Amino acid sequence: MRGSALAYDVATALVLARRDLVRFFRQPSRLLGALGQPVIFWLVIGGGFAGTFRMPGADVPYLAYFYPGVVLLVVLFASIFTTASVIEDRHRGFLQTVQAGPGSRAALVVGKSIGSAAVALTQAALFLALAPAAGFRLGAIDWPLLAAALGLAALALAALGFAVAWGLDHVAGYHAIQMTVLVPLWVLSGAMFPLPEGHPVLASALRLDPLAHAVSAVRRALAGPLAPGVLPGTAARDLAFCALFAASTLTLAVLAARRPART
Amino acid sequence: MRAPSTVAAAVAPAPRLALRDVVARRGRREVLRGVSLSVERGEILGLLGPNGAGKSTLFAILAGLLRPESGRFELDGRPILAGARELRARAGIVFQEPGLDGKLTAEENLRLAAALHCVPRAEARARVAALLAEAGLAGRAREPVERLSGGLRRRLELARALVHRPELLVMDEPTNGLDARAFRAFWEGIEALRRSEGLTVILTTHRPDEAERCDRTAILAQGRIVACEPPDALRARVSGDLVSVEADRPEEIARALSDRLGLVARLRPDGVTVERDAGHTLVPRIVELFPPGRLRAVSVRRPTLADAYLAVTGESLEAEGAP
Repeated sequence: MRGSALAYDVATALVLARRDLVRFFRQPSRLLGALGQPVIFWLVIGGGFAGTFRMPGADVPYLAYFYPGVVLLVVLFASIFTTASVIEDRHRGFLQTVQAGPGSRAALVVGKSIGSAAVALTQAALFLALAPAAGFRLGAIDWPLLAAALGLAALALAALGFAVAWGLDHVAGYHAIQMTVLVPLWVLSGAMFPLPEGHPVLASALRLDPLAHAVSAVRRALAGPLAPGVLPGTAARDLAFCALFAASTLTLAVLAARRPART
Repeated sequence: MRAPSTVAAAVAPAPRLALRDVVARRGRREVLRGVSLSVERGEILGLLGPNGAGKSTLFAILAGLLRPESGRFELDGRPILAGARELRARAGIVFQEPGLDGKLTAEENLRLAAALHCVPRAEARARVAALLAEAGLAGRAREPVERLSGGLRRRLELARALVHRPELLVMDEPTNGLDARAFRAFWEGIEALRRSEGLTVILTTHRPDEAERCDRTAILAQGRIVACEPPDALRARVSGDLVSVEADRPEEIARALSDRLGLVARLRPDGVTVERDAGHTLVPRIVELFPPGRLRAVSVRRPTLADAYLAVTGESLEAEGAP
């Protein structure tokens, strides 16, 4: 053998991560679609609510309240779409050659998840160019916190997508499952409306929703710890939830990938 | 990791790869029922069988994609686990389905394959350029693979599998869909590699003419290897020549041949076949037996591996095996 087990695993992960980025930049239509959708979403839905929806007790326009949630939505959509390629790739194509190669299945999962996450972060970075339009000064943003929160969320969502995609044969089924699970989690995360007072069940559900902590961390990064919609606790606590989410979905994906691909 | 095996080989040359009693299931169906197989260094071994005989399952196990239910594996005489990393590092795999990324260029695909196998960068650059030139793709190295023709993509698949200079090449129906000229060129390439690098090759095929090119051909039927011999030896299992008669209502022809000439004829949809030594002497006698126009054609030929397959297994190579 040319390399050690570790060298093969690192090489496999790097090859997969790089491939997703190269493919992404080679398809401008994907870039446009991935960005256009959230921008329209933000302006149409946010604009529609802006007239009727008043933030209780804070003088924040709705478009500014909604913006951090849409940043996470960009990451969510990008992770879902980039990971969908696993379904075709696994039966025929590139992932089959990777499975037959000397890297381990865990390296395959990590590489693919990092690749999808990197694509999602690239799209989020582009969307963040609109932050001043939502009222956030670029110089005032806590970039390390923002990168950590979005990075962990992207990794977690990509790994979750991998775990779902590995067991499926059809892209349509994959999208159906992902949308059914993730969109409600996103809506409940406080991305669209703050926690109504006097609903203890909803409040505890929100605390367990990993996306709520990701949105909360993004709010902290964009507008500070006193921003409306920030969860009780600290930024570290929010990040810890995101990290736990990423660790669980990565474990799930590695376990899923140990099963042989059906042929 | 390579040194101990070289020493062992000096004492008694162990097979490059050996499989013993491999059992595999797909769902509840037992697809391989105790397959044992060994391939020597520099040998080209064919796995011949119709669809459903277990070829793809055996290939998936050799490629490390599928874990068998049971079975032992030896690489250069040392026991390894099925799909072990060492085997995956030293083998090159050619899939029947494209294993290339259509959005990336030919050169990028080969570079990525080299990186997966930890080929040092400078070595990889030279190796990729050489393989692209050999495949006749030097001028199109920067084009996305999805724009290449099917034949060029097949050549690139082979180049991809060879990029890390494997000792063992495992291929699944490698010439499926190639025309006669591309088929010959492909096999000249494989034989040249065996001569120059001592490459060991295992391939699955359902084509008798491809099995003919192998040093030994294993006949796979219903999940078992029922014979594994050089093609000549397999053909010798069919006694004599094959005389085939083409005519309508083959049952009548078979009955006439049996009653009048004492011949045992095998029915086909479009006629009958008779197995017989010195078949050429039989041709005029058959022709004279029937009125003019009753037979469309009478011909005599040497047996092929398709005939040998039928003789050994009692099944036709063209037929679908168990679903």
